[in-house]
Amino acid sequence: MSDLLLELFSEEIPARMQAQAAKDLERLVVGALSDRGLLFEGVKALAGPRRLTLAVAGLPAKQPDVSEEKKGPRVGAPDKAVQGFLRSAGVKLEDCETRDDGKGPFYVAVIALKGRATADVIAEFLPDVLAKLPWPKSMRWPQATNAPVRWVRPLHSILCTLDGEVVSFTFAGVTSGNRTRGHRFLSSGEIEVKRFEDYAKKLHAAHVVLDAEERKAIIFEGVKSAAFVHGLEMIPDEGLLDEVAGLAEWPVVLIGAIEDQFMDVPPEILQTAMRTHQKYFSLRDPKTGKFANRFALVANMVTEDGGKQIVAGNERVLRARLSDAKFFWDQDRKRTLESRVEDLKNIVFHAKLGTQYERVERIEALAGEIAEKIGADVEKAKRAARLCKADLTTGVVGEFPELQGVMGRYYALNDGADAEVADAIRDHYKPLGPRDAVPSGKATIAVALADKLDQLTGFFGAGEKPSGSGDPFALRRAALGVVRCILENQLRIKLFDLLSAAVSHVVKGLSEAEAKDFRDYVTDFLWVSGVTVPDKDVEARIRQQSSLTQDVYELTAFYDLWPFIADRLKVALREKGTRHDLLDAVFSLGRSDDLVRLVARVEALQAFLKSDDGANLLAGYKRAANILKAEEKKDGKTYIGEVEEGQLAEPAEQALFAALTTARGTIAPALAAEDFAGAMRTMAGLRAPVDAFFEQVKVNADDPKVRANRLNMLASLRATLLQVADFSKIEG
Amino acid sequence: MAKTFQDLILTLQNFWASKGCLILQPYDDQMGAGTFHPATTLRALGPRPWRAAYVQPSRRPKDGRYGENPNRLQHYYQFQVIMKPAPSDIQDLYLESVRAIGLDPKLHDIRFVEDDWESPTLGAWGLGWEVWCDGMEISQFTYFQQVGGIDCDPVSAEITYGLERLAMYVQNVEFVYDLAFNDTFRYGEVFHQAEQEFSAYNFEMADTDILFQHFKDAEKQCQELISGNKKLALPAYDQCIKASHTFNLLDARGVISVTERAAYIGRVRALAKACCEAWLATPMGDYKPRFG
Repeated sequence: MSDLLLELFSEEIPARMQAQAAKDLERLVVGALSDRGLLFEGVKALAGPRRLTLAVAGLPAKQPDVSEEKKGPRVGAPDKAVQGFLRSAGVKLEDCETRDDGKGPFYVAVIALKGRATADVIAEFLPDVLAKLPWPKSMRWPQATNAPVRWVRPLHSILCTLDGEVVSFTFAGVTSGNRTRGHRFLSSGEIEVKRFEDYAKKLHAAHVVLDAEERKAIIFEGVKSAAFVHGLEMIPDEGLLDEVAGLAEWPVVLIGAIEDQFMDVPPEILQTAMRTHQKYFSLRDPKTGKFANRFALVANMVTEDGGKQIVAGNERVLRARLSDAKFFWDQDRKRTLESRVEDLKNIVFHAKLGTQYERVERIEALAGEIAEKIGADVEKAKRAARLCKADLTTGVVGEFPELQGVMGRYYALNDGADAEVADAIRDHYKPLGPRDAVPSGKATIAVALADKLDQLTGFFGAGEKPSGSGDPFALRRAALGVVRCILENQLRIKLFDLLSAAVSHVVKGLSEAEAKDFRDYVTDFLWVSGVTVPDKDVEARIRQQSSLTQDVYELTAFYDLWPFIADRLKVALREKGTRHDLLDAVFSLGRSDDLVRLVARVEALQAFLKSDDGANLLAGYKRAANILKAEEKKDGKTYIGEVEEGQLAEPAEQALFAALTTARGTIAPALAAEDFAGAMRTMAGLRAPVDAFFEQVKVNADDPKVRANRLNMLASLRATLLQVADFSKIEG
Repeated sequence: MAKTFQDLILTLQNFWASKGCLILQPYDDQMGAGTFHPATTLRALGPRPWRAAYVQPSRRPKDGRYGENPNRLQHYYQFQVIMKPAPSDIQDLYLESVRAIGLDPKLHDIRFVEDDWESPTLGAWGLGWEVWCDGMEISQFTYFQQVGGIDCDPVSAEITYGLERLAMYVQNVEFVYDLAFNDTFRYGEVFHQAEQEFSAYNFEMADTDILFQHFKDAEKQCQELISGNKKLALPAYDQCIKASHTFNLLDARGVISVTERAAYIGRVRALAKACCEAWLATPMGDYKPRFG
């Protein structure tokens, strides 16, 4: 068995690209090996600031031998054709077999392909494989003589060995060998290696930690213990850890100090300034959680003075950075947040959706309406909404956009605002991702919903729907945020009402021309998607009107935005393990826009279908539906008639009739009272009579009247179940 | 060790001169960065080899702070190196220059951190890094891929040192005006008054009507110089530089709205592109081997 070692040594690879590059290299090489019949036992890909490394263990010394068949001309074909075939197949006539496919004998060339030496195969495919490695951004450089070749930064050497022997090939003007280099400053000269084991060992001695995971562990433990010495702990930051692990081949953790003059600046500012510009870890007191006046930096260097100059230099840079931040923080507080609201008139939010000021006005109105519906303090919600974007005009947010909201809260508190209002300003952007917490304060919820609904209706109205790949305005996140806010806070509100309210505020700000565009867009949308509009009047009005009305916007909200939100709901439920077909089954019943109720119903249905009764009833339903479908097709009519009780002869059909009558009387009230468990119990009661009916009764009776009555019975079963869900959409 | 500001300049000049660079002088037009110097923008195009280094005064009208900010200036010096084709050991050469000015990589933490460069006004971009010394950016390092929307072939390496910032680090000074320019004069004695006066000019006094007219004139003259079969690429490019700086002044005066801004940048880019194309059709832009 042979082991392959490949290293691509280049100038500094951007940290954010390293992990993916290692994965891509592995994928491409593994694919190329498998395509050529070269199976192996193990593979490992590593990446760092200056190198990508791939080790493949347990390769065969050569490819397996295979034979290939090639079909030739018929026996007796003109000699020219036969000779041509033999030439192209590279065989002699005596090596060909003759076969017959029933239409006469023909020649088949059986070509034995000798497996080639693994090293030769690898040397042959690697240049192409490396050329295919997909860097997010790549470049040309003078030494890469073959014009189309690009790499992330200039490539300096390629190390490639199989069982310690060089596999020689050329890529980007570099010929592979068995040498590499160590750390840029902590080693010198070239290193000669044979296989992965001595490669890893020699590089470690040359101050290179090859594995990103190992570098992360060194940094994590290093920060932890260095902080511990000062009685501190690290504020976890996974993203930063990944990044700094891609910036050092030999990570060394050092601790620096933050000057006292900066310690009354909000910790979020300190942390952000240190993180984004300097890539430092922040520390805190493990007992009080208080932000510490120390930071951890990760150098790529071991110096004689134990990092003294490095720390001093970093402290100086930080001082300059924090002086800027502190200057902004002090300047910003010279004005009230309220006075900044006016400044939002100068910030364009979107060409069709006006300025941030206009947006704030819409959010304020909408937040008030939502607050009323969910029992929040209306005045506080409106106040928070009015101030929620004002921090966009502050110096700190200008410098650190990610602190929007956070700074608004500080400035509001500084102006003496109510704590609930201040929290709502900070948290109305939440949730920022699928794993970010949903706001729980009522005023915050009102502003958070208003912000997202305005965004959704506004951008959909402006024709800025997300496309398959692009979602520049983060509308999927907004929609998921709406869904999660409602579900996790168990808000009993009708989403259509909210959408409608949001729409009414957006409409006011549009010009007549924009309104026309929007109307055309909606009309096109309806045509293209073939949506049947149940309310024909509304549709007719849209197509005739020359000016915009609320209806048009509502239609978009319902027909375009609603499925979009519903998709997010499915995503949210799928994460919780809810079956999407059940969601579809309940969804398709119509405009169920009370999400809490909808989900409770889906969950009850899921629990029911897990039970024996549920599974059997579903089977019974499918059977009934299949029979109905077949018979209705045959008869060219739909069975929706009443079951005539007098016609029922068999005990089993009488029993099912009785059960259905009871069920219809019970299910509807139970559903109305949101007693979903009760509704499901009633459904469970149908199982036995349905099973008995199919066992004992012949639906397609000879007497047409009896047959029709029985088909009506099945239709009645279908209709009864349809009250709970569209069972036809349920899988299994 | 480069003890003073001018030592720093002299050290870098001597260093790069020893690496075969022409030591050029600043270009005599106002510009935002050393890249605008025709010795970089135009010479980065076409197949002819080129090596040059020079100091370029860089004007950033919006960065004026009336002489009150510790490190922001509306006029500062960049030291610019361009090598075409980029030598394969250009990173090592750069590190040697860092040693020459007194920063020993064995005592500091020097890193190449991703920072791709793009100039929308020049229609230019490249990949590279900002170079960090102990967490401070001391240089920009770029492999030019396109200039004026035209592929660079061969690719050049461009290195830009922000001289004031670098000097502040070397001299351990926190306030730019405290830098020792030489053994006798401080930076403030040379430039503080200029910062005050030009900040007032950039933000308050510059006559915007005149500037708008200057922009139009420069644009018109630039287009004329390269229209038809006139191939006066260099004078045309001067006009492009003037248009760019005039736009920067108007921008500092706050008379260009967000939407107009993009349009102005587009107009300058169109000039730059046309000049670059015209340059490629001139003897120095085109490659005519000197010996057979």
